[in-house]
Amino acid sequence: MRILRNFALLAVLGGGLFAVLLVLISTGILDDYSLQILCTAGLNIMVALSLNLISGFTGQLALGHAGFLAVGAYSTGILLLAHVPLPLAILGGALITALLGFLIGFPALRLRGDYLAIVTLGVGEIIRVLIINLGDLTGGASGLRNIPGYAHNIMVNNPAAFLWIFPAVFLVVALVANLIQSSQGRALISIREDEVASQAMGVNIFGMKLMSFTVSAFIAGLAGALYAPFIGYLAPGGFDFLRSVFFVIIVVLGGMGSLTGTILAGVGLTFLQEALRTNAKDWSQAVASLFGNSPGGTIDFVPMSQVLFGAILVVLMIFRPEGLLGSKELRLTKLFSRGAK
Amino acid sequence: MELFTQIIQQLINGLSLGGIYALIALGYTMVYGIVKLINFAHGDILMVGAYLSYFVLTTFGFTPWSLAAAFLLAVVGSVVLGVSIEATCYRPLRNAPRINALITAIGVSIVLENLPRVFPFIGSDYRNLSVPSFFENITFGEVTIIPIKLITLVVTLVLMGLLILIVDYSKSGKAMRAVSYDMGASALMGISVNRTVSFTFALGSALAGAGGVLYILNFPQLDTYMGIMPGLKAFVAAVLGGIGSIPGAMVGGLILGLAETFTTGFISSDLTGAVVFGILILILMFKPSGILGVHRKEKV
Repeated sequence: MRILRNFALLAVLGGGLFAVLLVLISTGILDDYSLQILCTAGLNIMVALSLNLISGFTGQLALGHAGFLAVGAYSTGILLLAHVPLPLAILGGALITALLGFLIGFPALRLRGDYLAIVTLGVGEIIRVLIINLGDLTGGASGLRNIPGYAHNIMVNNPAAFLWIFPAVFLVVALVANLIQSSQGRALISIREDEVASQAMGVNIFGMKLMSFTVSAFIAGLAGALYAPFIGYLAPGGFDFLRSVFFVIIVVLGGMGSLTGTILAGVGLTFLQEALRTNAKDWSQAVASLFGNSPGGTIDFVPMSQVLFGAILVVLMIFRPEGLLGSKELRLTKLFSRGAK
Repeated sequence: MELFTQIIQQLINGLSLGGIYALIALGYTMVYGIVKLINFAHGDILMVGAYLSYFVLTTFGFTPWSLAAAFLLAVVGSVVLGVSIEATCYRPLRNAPRINALITAIGVSIVLENLPRVFPFIGSDYRNLSVPSFFENITFGEVTIIPIKLITLVVTLVLMGLLILIVDYSKSGKAMRAVSYDMGASALMGISVNRTVSFTFALGSALAGAGGVLYILNFPQLDTYMGIMPGLKAFVAAVLGGIGSIPGAMVGGLILGLAETFTTGFISSDLTGAVVFGILILILMFKPSGILGVHRKEKV
């Protein structure tokens, strides 16, 4: 009953938010650029949620989710270029990634803790190297170009992308929320808390981890699949280790084991990254004009966002390892029942 | 004959590259052995060592004295950096879950890679070091030996010998072995755990700094991300040899260097990364304790 009420509220709220945003878009208050950032935030949230499922709820740190994102994006891109209809191409990209996740998870999930982290990192790198080397299929280092978009008219591609991505984010939130509240979800959390005790209680540890990893790969692949027609151009450089770490930062900041935390941190960090990226040049010039041009050039603020993200990780781990929300959730039902009192 | 000379050639290159990997891998394996932390920032310490020596070498040119000064500065700078990272970032997390320490190490690594790019005197452009050829190439029949490769191999062997002497025969080395065996018990025996961990980081960072100098003498191109790949490969070497085992890191480093040069020589240089991580995944699947590692059973 509670799940049903939660879900109904989520649907109503999501629908409401969707309607408001649609009105804002159609009246032109929300410009194309903001819309693009909003879509990026949605995709980041999806990948971060998938990472939270395997790392936050199941306790298995994975450092290669940019690789899954890449597989989803490239599969869909290649399918679209082969004139496969859009919905099929997106589903295909997600399913191919899920299959890959299953195949990788099979050997890798026998490993524990930091070894698994390194293997997933390695898998992410191998995927990137393979994409660069399979030039005939993927366009190699120069990338996959001219992927058909959501709309035939490139001018309305971003609003069209939004119509796909926003509902997808809600579906993923609902999927993960229901999964972790089911008996399988409790099994996953028990693996995180104590693997040995959970095995003693009869939980099929390997099977559960594999399920979690495959679903995680599916969601990350879905995000990649939605990304390809949204951006129209894929280059292997965008799916490196730093990208994987960016998702880890979202999950850690929001709280490992908190869905609402991931959503908040995903939106916040996407906007922060974008703000830093667009303003860095201006700040560099401001500093240069303030102190005069030194012979070696001026202070460069572009890498500063990475420095900031690295520092966030270190400071969080030392002072607040549970992140913003820990494993708590901002519950909609609680919010409303409190209002009713 | 053609194939044979090529094999000999790659063997020498591989051993020399493997020596550098072994130096870095030793830092990983010692730190992991003692605090069970994969020190992600270890590769970036190599980068810092490389930059320090680069500045000395470009300022004073290549003389025996400037080379010695570059080597010394790289080692001292790396030691200071490594020890202060441990004291500020890793020490507060020593009793936290290992995943937290790992995430911290990733954060430290990202900061180290990007902070230097902010400052104009390092920046984000590639820098090239023009290394003069110190000696004539040595030729045996059809095999050509580039002297720097030979020097690299000799220097790495000497450093490894020194490390074995320190770990096996000095008092601090004995403390290191004790702490890595049982941290709690050695604290009860009056060993200062903090000092021993600092000493371990100092040793590991010194080797990484030295590795950085050797690395840019062999591959004279620098940028702030240059430590990532050698760092990861050295980590794979440490796992291959058996993480926690010092001879294992040496063997693993040499094997990995050979695997890499043979991939470059006979298949394609683009695939070295895939081969290296393929080796890692295979070793973890079939013998996670590595070649010389000891399998420890987990107590419940």
